[in-house]
Amino acid sequence: MIEVRHLTKKYGAFTAVNDVSFTVEKRKIYGFLGPNGAGKSTTMNIITGCLAPTSGTVTVNGHDIYEDPIGAKASVGYLPELPPLYPDMTPEEYLLFVGEAKGLESVHLDQHVDAVMETTRLTEVKDRLIRNLSKGYRQRVGIAQAILGDPEIVILDEPTVGLDPLQIIEIRDLIRRLGEDHTVILSSHILSEISAVCDTVIIISRGRIVASDTLEHLTASADGRRIITLDARGAYDRVEEILRGLSGADRVSVSHGLNGCIRALVETAADLDLREDVFRLFAAADCPIVEMTTNDVSLEDVFLRLTEEPADDGEVPGIRAALDAADGADDEEENETEEEAEAEEEAPDAGSADAEEDADSPYYDAPKDKKSGKANKDKRKKDPDDYTPLFGGKE
Amino acid sequence: MSAIYKRELRSYLFGVTGAIFVSFLLVMIGVFSTAINFSQRYPSFEIVLSSVRLVLLLVVPIITMRSFSEERHAKTDQLLYSLPLSLSRIVIAKYLAMVTVLAVPCGVACLYPVILSFYGTINFASAYGAILGFFLLGCALIAIGMFLSSLTESQVIAALLTFGAFFLIYLVNGLAGLIPATAGASAIAYMLCAAAVGGILYALTKNATVSAAVGGILVLVVVGAYLIDSTAFAGSIQKVFSSLALFDRFSDFSNGIVDLTAYVYYLSVSALFTVFTVQSMEKKRWA
Repeated sequence: MIEVRHLTKKYGAFTAVNDVSFTVEKRKIYGFLGPNGAGKSTTMNIITGCLAPTSGTVTVNGHDIYEDPIGAKASVGYLPELPPLYPDMTPEEYLLFVGEAKGLESVHLDQHVDAVMETTRLTEVKDRLIRNLSKGYRQRVGIAQAILGDPEIVILDEPTVGLDPLQIIEIRDLIRRLGEDHTVILSSHILSEISAVCDTVIIISRGRIVASDTLEHLTASADGRRIITLDARGAYDRVEEILRGLSGADRVSVSHGLNGCIRALVETAADLDLREDVFRLFAAADCPIVEMTTNDVSLEDVFLRLTEEPADDGEVPGIRAALDAADGADDEEENETEEEAEAEEEAPDAGSADAEEDADSPYYDAPKDKKSGKANKDKRKKDPDDYTPLFGGKE
Repeated sequence: MSAIYKRELRSYLFGVTGAIFVSFLLVMIGVFSTAINFSQRYPSFEIVLSSVRLVLLLVVPIITMRSFSEERHAKTDQLLYSLPLSLSRIVIAKYLAMVTVLAVPCGVACLYPVILSFYGTINFASAYGAILGFFLLGCALIAIGMFLSSLTESQVIAALLTFGAFFLIYLVNGLAGLIPATAGASAIAYMLCAAAVGGILYALTKNATVSAAVGGILVLVVVGAYLIDSTAFAGSIQKVFSSLALFDRFSDFSNGIVDLTAYVYYLSVSALFTVFTVQSMEKKRWA
């Protein structure tokens, strides 16, 4: 379907994409994942012919994008990072224009545009000027433009940016449906989005592909740990006492959490779920748990492991990575669903999984307990030195 | 291609810029016709157009300024690049849309000779020849403006560049008159041009070695040619400058001469700058 061979793009001295090669197969959803500036958009711009590579080739459906650009572009629908809309047109006029420019048959164009507006839920705003539409609607007009004419390949650069949670879910459903009979490539720096819709994940970092595999393979290869985070209402000592009765945990730490709660982290192997045991223990002790969550090892860990520079100062890589994840999530993405936001929130705790442990006892009191209530905020900071890990390793 | 043409035309005709362009030209044609043909009873529509051509200097930048710079600014050029259309078709479609906007006042101008013929004797051939010349002059200016618009992301800069270029073209004969008609003056002017070519090359490629080499070689060529035959240089820079004088080419029309070479000249300039625009758009992909 798409063959990308040794693609390199340089902007002056800066190499945005560095010797990237991959193959895209039919009827699959590919996720381009990478931090900002990793080269996702540049790669997509080259595949769609908006940008010429410094070296390397792209073949779309057997048509070389340089030798036969028209043949190659005919089977591609592209939504760039910023939807290319003309503000002085209505969505309907705009889509009719794009349809005609794509060379679609004018006989069926009206119906086709109606159908596309129906799928992207634009019908109610079809007569308003694009200038007056909200960001979410503009994004949808951009997506509608990309899928217009049923191209075999749909390339979406960060399709859910600027959408509200409901719209994000709708667009993900749409992408999933598209994936049934189209080839879809989408880029994102939101891991949950990629893991929600994509069959294959291509992780890009600093212009290079660092991993390209199915989701299952990628997550399976991670050294899986499971962290249960729980907030309990009770005295510090009491919570510690209760958790002493828990068997099977590799590591347990207790600290002062938010709102006067005591936060405990229980780390186990990924295949072991101690949540019920924890619940029973606390229930038996009549100590209420106000919140308990678990996070499996996810694409996040894989992503962070692959895109982070190796720690060279003995710093715990996981923490650093997790900090960046929380950072990135906060800065760029305000519109995730609540669950995702929560998952991101948990991520920093998981980061300390690799921390060294006090060999004698699974109990490790968090140093500087008074501060740990603010731990969540501290995690936002880029500089890992500002963060006191809940687990050891750093001291 | 027709889709882009229709979209562009629609946005000009329903937008402010097209309205300003068309109405301003029509008003000026009307005003000058009233003054020259009706008030002074002078039976030549060519003179009217000759006066109105200066208005082109002001209004052409209005329609050309946004042609490509706005696309770039709003990133809608990515849509154009990703469409299964060749860049030259896109550029031609946009160019034709602007030319169509220009055709509206020119079409209305075609009524004037007919109206004037009720009040006196009109030479229709030279009047319509002049209208065609005026239209083609406009086409050439639009092509230049479109090219300059493709160079920048800002409409304002595009408009200023275009206006500046037109102003220079308008004054070029006057400027040439300032240079002494001696061979030495011409040689120095050529050398300055050669250096300017080097400078422009550097601005485009950021390659100091190549630009300096090209500029240097051109200067040496001028020096060499001057040493071989200095008499050929006498007054030659004036000839070169006057060949750039787009506006002055029109003066034959105002004298009632239908100058076919002017048509060819205007068409060539249009074609040249349309090609330049395609190249400039192509270059963006390699940026």
